[in-house]
Amino acid sequence: MEKLLAWIDTRFPMTKVWEEHLSKYYAPKNFNFWYYFGSLALLVLVIQIVTGIFLTMHYKPDTTLAFASVEYIMRDVPWGWLIRYMHSTGASFFFIVVYLHMYRGLIYGSYRAPRELLWFIGMIIFIALMAEAFMGYLLPWGNMSYWGAQVIISLFDAIPYVGPLLSEWIRGDFVVADATLNRFFAFHVIALPLVLAGLVFVHIVALHKVGSNNPDGIEIKKKKDANGIPLDGIPFHPYYTVKDIVGTIVFLMVFSAVLFFAPEFGGWFLERDNFVPANILQTPPEIVPLWYFTPFYSILRACTDNFTQLWLPIATIAIAGLSFLTLKSRLAKPLAVIVAAGLIGGLFILQAKVWGVILMGASLMVFFALPYLDRSPVKSVRYRGWMWKTAIGVFVVSFIVLGYLGTKSPDAVNLFYFRNVTWAQIFTMVYFMFFALMPWYTALDKTKPVPERVTK
Amino acid sequence: MSEGVDRDKRRFLTLLTASVGAVGAGFAATPFVLSMTPSARAKAAGAPVEVDISKLEMGQLMTVEWRGKPVWIMRRTKDQLEKLPGIAGLLADPDSKVTDQQPGYAANVNRSIKPEVLVLVGVCTHLGCSPQQKTQIGPVSGMGEDWPGGFFCPCHGSKFDLSGRVYKNVPAPTNLPVPPHMFVGDTKILIGEDKKGAA
Repeated sequence: MEKLLAWIDTRFPMTKVWEEHLSKYYAPKNFNFWYYFGSLALLVLVIQIVTGIFLTMHYKPDTTLAFASVEYIMRDVPWGWLIRYMHSTGASFFFIVVYLHMYRGLIYGSYRAPRELLWFIGMIIFIALMAEAFMGYLLPWGNMSYWGAQVIISLFDAIPYVGPLLSEWIRGDFVVADATLNRFFAFHVIALPLVLAGLVFVHIVALHKVGSNNPDGIEIKKKKDANGIPLDGIPFHPYYTVKDIVGTIVFLMVFSAVLFFAPEFGGWFLERDNFVPANILQTPPEIVPLWYFTPFYSILRACTDNFTQLWLPIATIAIAGLSFLTLKSRLAKPLAVIVAAGLIGGLFILQAKVWGVILMGASLMVFFALPYLDRSPVKSVRYRGWMWKTAIGVFVVSFIVLGYLGTKSPDAVNLFYFRNVTWAQIFTMVYFMFFALMPWYTALDKTKPVPERVTK
Repeated sequence: MSEGVDRDKRRFLTLLTASVGAVGAGFAATPFVLSMTPSARAKAAGAPVEVDISKLEMGQLMTVEWRGKPVWIMRRTKDQLEKLPGIAGLLADPDSKVTDQQPGYAANVNRSIKPEVLVLVGVCTHLGCSPQQKTQIGPVSGMGEDWPGGFFCPCHGSKFDLSGRVYKNVPAPTNLPVPPHMFVGDTKILIGEDKKGAA
């Protein structure tokens, strides 16, 4: 055995990789509940890839055959229903796990230096995952599949000049058609999974370079013993590999409960309108994306003229004014005025529809600015003051409320006094203010002293 | 070894080689990018559609497919037509000034050739949903007391009147498009072609 290992190690750095990433990768010893979700995301990725491979053995990417082939998988293929439900339930659980994983990063400051690049790679994974989910959703060729794709691809139409040409290029036709289904299949089963696998690999490489953050938000690498091993670190294997087995089992229990007892999850994981084949002439009564897209969808449709030409200019002037009054650098003052003027000009020149698309994109892109917006001397929520705690609480509420509003008809009147759209506008504002005001409230916030070593 | 190396020359040659490579990659990518544009078959599928509207009753709306899009043909009643001029104040473009949204012969308050026969592409100008037909006047439509009849897009709440003109302060930016069409006989419409030729 040892001989074999030595033979391999002279030809491939097996022991080296094993030690660097598992048996001698020192992770902080104070990981808590929130640290399950990274490994769980990897688990769900594996579930999706394995079930996906078996689904492609029976699925047909053709508008005349697709819907029936999914029903064929459900009814005639031995265990096909299980594999398909694992895949559809897995999609929703992917987002549950990833949202919790991102929330962990948010509260413990895992996006802060030196982990900015790790955070950026993670955000790119999230965006690639959204694309993967969106393209996969077209494949059953149900009515919601069709109209959902129609709406989202039409977003590109909003781009001035090149928009219509671009959306035609994406669809390969003038409307969502066979060409679209066929290419979405190609992207969903090969192109994006390859990209995702590559990004996940890079994400882990970046993580192991900088080392894991922890609930105290302190660098364990600063305190090392005589052998250069962090005093607060424990080897990932066997400590966390075994701990993650516990997480995996609990996760699979919840996953199986949904999979076997409520795979549609009351229309939240598989929408009712998607049990009807795509109908080009009949939009479903309400086009609602699956729950994991609804916060962004709400932001998209919050943009009407009164929002982009009244409330957004007011907010822009307020933030610009604040920058003007408080920023000390000489360059900052004219810059604040110029940016604000440009933005307000744009708000009046471009249609509200275009701004809906821009704002939806911005609601994702703004996460890339997080490492630079946060001016607090501490990373973890444990040592921050009331301002940050309030802000993050309000942000989580706004995200959930936007998600809820996205599932309801836009014109639902008197949804607690205001219309749905008005509420969506209020919470879109709150969502962006969390980021826009961050440089000020994180700098002002009173923080507690951070301990030298990790706590329990 | 490093003596006698012309670094400037080396840098220049490296840059030159890399640029040639980039240009080559660009050329190689072109066929792949173009392969995703609409195919010859997709382009050919856009032939005009002839529709018989002799069985269309007053106030009734029929949907036909043209280029994979729903096209609505509606015979509007007198009551419905009379409401149209009065609501101009609620609309974003009551006079059909955005010329891309209809051929010249439909740039009137009825947005049609014959006043009562409306032909519209039933695709919301916001994000491409097919709006619901709320053609009845008043509360029966579920759109409130003052509703003059029209269309309501369930996706993002855009509203249009019975000429497909968009309301103010909704996400949709422009009126619903009127496709090029012409009458070929009293009760037959050709959609996708008018006297100027095929669209």
